[in-house]
Amino acid sequence: MAKKVKLSEVTDMFKGMEILSLEGVKIEGDIEIDLSGLLGGGGFDPMLAAILGQESAMLAQHFGRIASMFGVPVGMGAPAAVGGVAPGVSPALAAPKLKDLIPAKFDVSKIAEWTTQIQEVPLGNTSADGGTRGKQVIVGGEKALPFYFDAPMPHRNQVTIDVFDMRIGLAKAVKENYDEVMDSPGEWAKKNVDKFNADMITIHLISTDPLVKDTSAKDAAKTVEEVLQAVDVPIAIGGSGNPQKDPEVLSKAAEVSEGERCLLASASLNLDYAKIAEAALKYDHDVLSWTQLDMNAQKELNRKLMKQCNVPRDRIIMDPTTAALGYGLDYAYTNMERIRLAALMGDDELTFPMSSGTTNAWGARESWMVGSPLGQDSDWGPREYRGPIWEIVTGLSLAIAGNDLFMMMHPTAVAVLKQITQTLFGTLEAEPVNIASWIEAEV
Amino acid sequence: MKINSPLEAYKYLPQTNCTECGEPTCMAFASKLIDRSAKPSDCPPLIKEKKYTKKLAELERLLAPEIREVVLGVGEKAAKIGGDDVLYRHKLTFFNKTKMFFDVADTMGEADLIERVKKIADFKKFYVGRNLLVDGVAIRAASNDPTKFAAAVKKVAEVGLPMIFCSFNPAVLKAGLEAAKDKNPLLYAANKDNWKEVGELALKYKVPVVVSAFNDLDALKTLAKTFAEAGIKDIVLDPGTYPSGKGLKDSFTNFLKIRRAGIMGDTDIAYPIMALPLTAWMAGVADPVSTSYWETVLASIFTIRYADIMILHSMEAYAVLPEVHLAETIYTDPRSPVSVEGGMYKVGEPDKDSPVFFTTNFALTYYTVESDIAANGIVCWLLAVDTDGIGVEAAAAGGQLTAAKVKDAFDKAGFDLKKDVNHNTVIIPGLAARIQGDLEDALDAKVKVGPMDSGRIPGWMEKNWPPK
Repeated sequence: MAKKVKLSEVTDMFKGMEILSLEGVKIEGDIEIDLSGLLGGGGFDPMLAAILGQESAMLAQHFGRIASMFGVPVGMGAPAAVGGVAPGVSPALAAPKLKDLIPAKFDVSKIAEWTTQIQEVPLGNTSADGGTRGKQVIVGGEKALPFYFDAPMPHRNQVTIDVFDMRIGLAKAVKENYDEVMDSPGEWAKKNVDKFNADMITIHLISTDPLVKDTSAKDAAKTVEEVLQAVDVPIAIGGSGNPQKDPEVLSKAAEVSEGERCLLASASLNLDYAKIAEAALKYDHDVLSWTQLDMNAQKELNRKLMKQCNVPRDRIIMDPTTAALGYGLDYAYTNMERIRLAALMGDDELTFPMSSGTTNAWGARESWMVGSPLGQDSDWGPREYRGPIWEIVTGLSLAIAGNDLFMMMHPTAVAVLKQITQTLFGTLEAEPVNIASWIEAEV
Repeated sequence: MKINSPLEAYKYLPQTNCTECGEPTCMAFASKLIDRSAKPSDCPPLIKEKKYTKKLAELERLLAPEIREVVLGVGEKAAKIGGDDVLYRHKLTFFNKTKMFFDVADTMGEADLIERVKKIADFKKFYVGRNLLVDGVAIRAASNDPTKFAAAVKKVAEVGLPMIFCSFNPAVLKAGLEAAKDKNPLLYAANKDNWKEVGELALKYKVPVVVSAFNDLDALKTLAKTFAEAGIKDIVLDPGTYPSGKGLKDSFTNFLKIRRAGIMGDTDIAYPIMALPLTAWMAGVADPVSTSYWETVLASIFTIRYADIMILHSMEAYAVLPEVHLAETIYTDPRSPVSVEGGMYKVGEPDKDSPVFFTTNFALTYYTVESDIAANGIVCWLLAVDTDGIGVEAAAAGGQLTAAKVKDAFDKAGFDLKKDVNHNTVIIPGLAARIQGDLEDALDAKVKVGPMDSGRIPGWMEKNWPPK
């Protein structure tokens, strides 16, 4: 079990998971599960036990005693009856404990209050819609919490992998996957799609920040063109986070990508969101509506985008902010879950698909530090395995809260997140496992 | 809980405002009952005076959580599970964090067994002023031999952690119970074949018991109902945890259904639920790191959706760390902001030339700032100003972050800007820029406005530090 494998091998293991269905694919394992013996097939088999000699003799004796052990003091009887007693079972009948099973049917209703469907938002235009993308991605459309039995989810989760327009500092475990392409956004984007199964690409124009390189909007727009030519998946275009410059940068980027239905990231309350909304409408794009862990601010911004800026409902995706596991994920999780529940119950200022900057997980020191800075902690183990799982758990938690689109970085995290979300979505089959034998299984 | 307003609880209180419980009024105590920060037995008159016996009993019934609380183990380390009243944490809070039990097998060599149990007992991870721990040991009767199992139980019991005895063979379970009397282990499990014998053990030894029916909620409910009618109160449900494919989707659905039914009042199935992420090791994944990842993925899903206790295998740090953090995340009380203690913190080993920053004691803010600074190799002094756990922007707007508060925080920390550093300068959060002037007066120091986001501190430092 302590066998070390390269993380790239782990990635290979989960590769190919972007395919909608793996039906018929059998995962070959090297873990032998002993299915023979007493407990195979889900329970104790007295017939089998009878042939097995000494041990079963003891059991047989035990069986023999059972009848005399039924008598249980009445004082220990049924718990305070809170409507739990089935009609027709008289106290007299229930008295000899553990004699017969008391049959019960399980039933639970669907949630009647979930009346409203989340908006479907398409990303990327193919030639049919005047764009050059090879496929269109649709997020949203849910009528229930994700993966719930109340209503099937119409579209699976999507992963967009980050590309930056300049070489930046990254956690070692992330960087080793991208080192050779970090000077070329086009090559980087290509690698994300070809090698790491990205559904989409996010190009972050961080060099435009006056505090970084102050690249002009025009030069940044060239980078966007480069990425659009390198890959044919839908793309998201991110600014530098500088509220003064982002509207100009995103507008220019929107102009050169006209008709491609990109996701402009982001409109927020502390910048000129109207300029970004205007660019989205003029050049046929979607808008990412970003607020910081505040559901009311999210409503306000969505309302402004719809009412002031006339952005149609099918062009809005929300980013209510992602905080990393251990660093505020509780707020991020609950914020998303509340937003989604409010939307399902009819709050039409919140009925939009959501996006998560899952890459933020790499801000958690557990994901990148060599070891714990605190002496009293148990050993943190190898960091190259800690980082990806931090990104996975952060993303998966938000997937369950209602998030649709994931902006991610580590290839293994992408592969595993796709594997699990598509399993819960219902498109991944696997060889059935006889879990009844877990007690004696070799693990 | 069957009631949800303080007024309804108040009806059952003495209404004398005697203050013996520590609250100024019975109504204040009633509010604490409703938010579950107090229980009826915290009212001395209700307990002491006979005339209140009926009211106490009725109040306890009304306030009992929808999902039954079950305790495993004994003493300080006993694990309490269940006890929830809501389906979403923001509706109140979740109670009794998901308990993590790690497996050992009775076929392990003695030295290996002891080492593993010790590792389980010793695990800790510091987080926001406390240690995150794991909770107990699940002993698998892989031998199916009562003698071997009893021997393993004896060794594990010495450590004092709560235990789960895992076998479908009643003779094995019985041997374990005899070997660890009064340790209150959880029996795993009664199923359609052995329920009479296992149920009888649970009654005889007065221990909690798991009822198990894989992907069959009628059968699960039947077993639970049968046991309850027989007087077994401490029941845990195992609907099966399939590790992959359609089976996993079914398992997820079963957890959702059971908890929804329980919260909505189906008392026959309102018990804590057990998940077995350990089944990841049976899924045929080809290598241990991937399998461990998958186990953590299963643990994450079921921590969020309603498992109260789980049995896990991988003790690798990259498995346990995210698992304990996620349980903490989901079970943290959303009603109270998490905060760090106010005071001066060191990032690296700062000296007299190092910059001085401050932020608020809202844990999320504090740790974000700290990690932004530390991640960029900036060595500095970082003051956490006590703003009642509110973030910078809201605290500056709401009056919890003022020049006077900041000065007070420096004074309390015993930090003198004129002696402890040689630049007499403070860098304040960009979101608190409005207090710059006041703070210069209050501290008699230079006050520089830093960036709006601590992620931008490195860039800001390049341009603005050291001060000219």
